[in-house]
Parts: sequence; structure tokens; C-alpha cells
Amino acid sequence: MTTETLTMGKALNLGLRRAMDDDPKVVLMGEDIGRLGGVFRVTDGLQKDFGEARVVDTPLAEAGIVGTAVGLALRGYRPVCEIQFDGFVFPAVNQIVTQVAKISARSQGRMRMPVVIRIPFGGGIGAVEHHSESPEAYFAHTPGLKVVSVSNPVDAYWGIQQAIAAPDPVVFLEPKRRYWEKAEVDLDAIPEPLFRSRVVRRGDDVTVLAYGPMVATALQAAAAAAEEGRSLEVVDLRTLSPLDLDPVVDSVRRTGRCVVVHEAQVSHGLGAEIAARLTEQCFHSLEAPVLRAGGYDVPYPPARNEEEYLPDLDRVLDAVDRAMGF
Amino acid sequence: MSTVPELVQLLTPEGQRVEDPTHAIDLSADELRGLYRDLVLVRRWDVEATALQRQGELGLWPPLLGQEAAQVGAGHALQPGDMAFPTYREHGVAWVRGVDPLHVMSLYRGVDNGGWDPAETGLNLYTIVIPAQTLHATGYAMGVQRDGAETAVLAFLGDGATSQGELSEAMIWAASFSAPVVFFCQNNQYAISAPIERQSRVPLAHRAAGFGFPGVRVDGNDVLAVLAVTRAALTAAREGQGPTFIEAFTYRMGAHTTSDDPTRYRLAHEVEEWRRRDPIARLRTHLEQEGIADADFLAAVEAEGEELAARIRRGTIAMQPRPAVTMFDAVYAEQPPPLAAQRDEFLAYQASFEEAGR
Repeated sequence: MTTETLTMGKALNLGLRRAMDDDPKVVLMGEDIGRLGGVFRVTDGLQKDFGEARVVDTPLAEAGIVGTAVGLALRGYRPVCEIQFDGFVFPAVNQIVTQVAKISARSQGRMRMPVVIRIPFGGGIGAVEHHSESPEAYFAHTPGLKVVSVSNPVDAYWGIQQAIAAPDPVVFLEPKRRYWEKAEVDLDAIPEPLFRSRVVRRGDDVTVLAYGPMVATALQAAAAAAEEGRSLEVVDLRTLSPLDLDPVVDSVRRTGRCVVVHEAQVSHGLGAEIAARLTEQCFHSLEAPVLRAGGYDVPYPPARNEEEYLPDLDRVLDAVDRAMGF
Repeated sequence: MSTVPELVQLLTPEGQRVEDPTHAIDLSADELRGLYRDLVLVRRWDVEATALQRQGELGLWPPLLGQEAAQVGAGHALQPGDMAFPTYREHGVAWVRGVDPLHVMSLYRGVDNGGWDPAETGLNLYTIVIPAQTLHATGYAMGVQRDGAETAVLAFLGDGATSQGELSEAMIWAASFSAPVVFFCQNNQYAISAPIERQSRVPLAHRAAGFGFPGVRVDGNDVLAVLAVTRAALTAAREGQGPTFIEAFTYRMGAHTTSDDPTRYRLAHEVEEWRRRDPIARLRTHLEQEGIADADFLAAVEAEGEELAARIRRGTIAMQPRPAVTMFDAVYAEQPPPLAAQRDEFLAYQASFEEAGR
């Protein structure tokens, strides 16, 4: 067993390195990912070791990154695109939604799109405008894409390799504020499947669903609630499309209460879809409506206001209180 | 104002063979007859498809009428191992690449969104979103570079596409990585109703200079010139000299699609002027004058066109939609459980009608 203590950023770096070692068709593309190693240094050192043909410093154009990745994939490569920040993915959305997502279906499966689109996402780092967005619902709403969000270094290390090996396109959301958080990673472990959710803390009173940056927040809330004698079960969704709700349904049938937490604006978000599905599948077990703790329906505010905008421990506990109050 | 660039021409509208010092071409009589045959057959196909749309057998048809030489010439410039990325109007290229016309018809009949296998034909699937395919072509060419292959890539686009940002990105990428891709722009003078003046203050071929690679304007109604210019550009790409932008100066004689009414935005005398530059008539004149084509040959090609049209008509009308449940099939390589469940619900819902009908 080889265990290392890794930050999420380093875990991603090692995962990318291993994927490139395993498959010579893996090509990384993005702005500033080569000589600089990426603005978050996730690709640090990879161009030096794998060369400029496999770690491509691209021109500054996101549609170009994803559009040329489509062509590389058609030629048999497995491109991994880095979008520098969440707010910059929108110029590439045309390629992602009209091309990447549809090529398998329109070709009746003759053509596959094994493209990974890595996006550092979410707020909490005091960034300027367009650097704190949570665009997951746009992609989860698009058939043909798979969308995952990792919450910890272990999932980051394995998840990026699994996403690259997957035959379908994957939007891979990395919670940028958690890049520096550490965990023990067993580099020889047998990884859990990528497109599965996971119960990360057992509890009996309320089921709290979170993904990406909010998993840590949900766990903090559960620890605080435990001090008051309240038992929260926390589920890390991990995969946003397809949703893996079986463990969630089992949980909610036991607890009867559910709170969905995400940074993204609540309206028309993942929480709304999850609430609808849980209502269908757990209707007779629910003691309270499925509640959401999320971003408000406003453009992401200036950084000095983000603390009030983002769901935190107290907002999660407030939603838990309301769920218990029904 | 920039000057109008020279137009590469090897066959005048009157059918006279002229020489161009930089674009020589020497074709055998068989090759010339072959080009003529392709021009006639794709026009016959196009006419039949337009008629089938009018008769309700196709949902839509984007005619290539007038652009036969641009497409047949460019298609013949490709080598078997090359890859072309079409828009939605490249029926002439599809024909030359050996795509069964019925596979193209299936798109416009509404029974398929893909139609053929690009790996077999060297023609990627039609792309409707303008000009997404120019980036795909460029990325594919970057893959070719990594493979060390002697393959060139041909990206088709229209004049309207030159206003799109993605083309700019594709040309920047192609230049920056010196990718073996040729951009083949059919300037047919209109993007639906918007004339070329709305897209560009300069001749389109001049655009290439700003990206740092050659731009050539060729008479798009001259199949010989198109073939020569495109073949040279693809050869340069194959030899590592990077991209070229070709502006094939042509005219869309028909409507944008069968849903369009071009009489609302262009004048009849303009259409008449271009009719005198017809791509098929000039080659026919040349072949007759040179004694390369006789009446028997011309009649045989006409007859072949009628047979083709009949086959297309029969095949199109016989084309049935796939069972609706197949829409769930290839959304993903690995079907996610929620989608599989939705598929099962769909089947159960459909079955409920069958049971009710008993």
C-alpha cells in the first residue's frame, strides 16, 4: 500500500499524470497549463515530462479548446480540456451542448466523445467577478453529458482517471476553494465507481445532500448538530448527471427529511430536480418537504458579500431546523 | 478599400481553357469525363431532392444548385485517407466521397441525424451549427500531426460562417500549430438573405493574411481551377506547410433551403448573370470542343442521372423511421440507470395502448 498525504490539487496532478502514463492518447489542453502549470498549478510539471504535444498551451479561446478537442477525439485521442475558471466556460458552451453532447446519439453510437472538460468552480476565495460561478445545472440539463463534482483528494485522484477512461464526455467540476485541503490517498486502492453517490456520515434525523465544495460544509454542520443531539446523515452526491439517488432514497425513507445544499442559485438548480425525484420516490416517507440551502437568485455578488451569499454551516443548520419543524 | 484579388480560373464561362502560371493541371480525358459525370449526377440528385421536398417526402432540402463545381472539384482534390468536414450543403462532396445519397436524404427526411460512417467515407457528418466543424477539422488535423500521418483535412464553410467567432478561433489554432487543414469557403454571395457585403468589407480570401497563411480566390464555378487550387493546398498541408484559406467564388442559384424565398432579397438579373457562368455548361463546351465527349457519352450521363434520380426517389419514399425507442440507445456509450428507467417507462406507456386496443 502506497499512501500519500495530498492536497486536492496535487491529487488531481498525480491522477492526470497516471492517466497520461496509462494511455498515450491522453492530451491535455488549456490556457497556461504547460509552462505555467495552470493558474491553480493542477498541471504543474506535466508539460516538462510529457512534452508540448501532450500538454498543449492553447490560444486564449475556450470554444477553440473544446472545438479542437472534438476533432482530436474524432481522430482517436482522449482530450482533457482545462477551462481556467467557471465563468469562462460560456464561450465553449456552444461546442459542449450542440456538438460534444450530441455526437454519440446523432451517429447512433458510431462516434464517441471521450472528452473531459475540467472546470474549477464555485466561490469562497474572494475572487473578482466571473471567477466564482457554479454552472453545473446547465450541463446536467444537457443529455449526452456526464457531470461529476469531486469533494476530496481521494475522489479527485481516482475520479479524474475514471473520467478520462470513460467513453462518454464528462464535465469534471473541481471545487477551487478545496484545492488546498489535504487527505491521505492510497494510490493502490481499488477506487469506487465514478458515477455513484456515497453516504459519508451516518445519521437518523435529516438527510443532507451535498457535492463538491459543500460536502465539507455539510459535514461541519453535521458535527455541530451532533453536539446539540441531532443526527444528520450526509450524502456526497459525487455524480450530478446521471444522478445516483438510490442511496439517497434509502436514506430519506429512514430519516423522512432532506436538505439539499449547493452553492448554485436555488431556482431551477440541482436541488429542484432532486426534490422532485425524492417526492416521487419517497412521498409516503417524507415528514417534511425537501428543502434547499443554496445561493440566492442573484448574479454572484462582489467578493466582500460572498460570505452572506454562500450557504455555510449556519444556513445548513437553519434548513435542518426548518425541516425538523414540520 | 482593398483591391479585388485575382481569381484563379482555368476554364472561362465560355468553356475556353486558359493557363494559370501557379495552378497548372493536366487531366486525362477519362478524368475530365469523370468530373463532368459527377457534376451532372449531383445536379440531378439535387433537382430530385428539391422535387421530393415539394411533394412532402423531405422535411427540408438545402440545394447545391450552382455550387456543383466547387464541391466536386474540392471533393476530387482529397485523397482516400484525407478527412473532410462538411456543412449541411456538401452533397457534391458526399457524392465524390462515396456516401450513398440515400444516407444524406435520410437526414432531410427526418429519419436520422447522422447517416453514414465518417471512418469509412472520409467525410465527417454534416454539421448544421455554423461553423462548429471548422474547429473539429482543426483539432482532427492536430491529431494527424501527432500521428505523424500524411493526411490532410478539408474544412467546408460558407460566406456567412466567416462572421462567426469560432472560424476565427479555428484559423488562429490552425496557424498557431501549423495544422494540416485547408479552409474551403464557398462564397455563394448570400447567407440566407444577407449579402456578402454584410459579412465583410474585404474579399474573403484577404482574411487569411491576417491569420498569417495564404488565401486564394478561385472561380468556384470552374471545376478545374477548384481542383487545382484545392489539390495544391492539401498537398502543402500534407507536406507540413500548414493551412490555406480558399475562397471559391460562386453563386447559390437556388434558395438557401426549400423554406426560403430568394426573390424577396435578390434581383432576377443577378441570377441571370450567374446562369451564364454555369459550371456544367462550360465544362461540357470544353469537352465537346476538344472532342473528349461525344453525343453518346453525354446521353449516357443523362441516362445515368435519370436512373440515379429514380433510385433516390424510390429509396427516399421507402425510408421509414426507426422505432422511437431507439432514441434512447446511443445517448451514452454506457446507458445511465435513470435513462434506462425512462426508456422502460416509455416502452410500458407505448405497450399500454396496444393492450387497450385489443
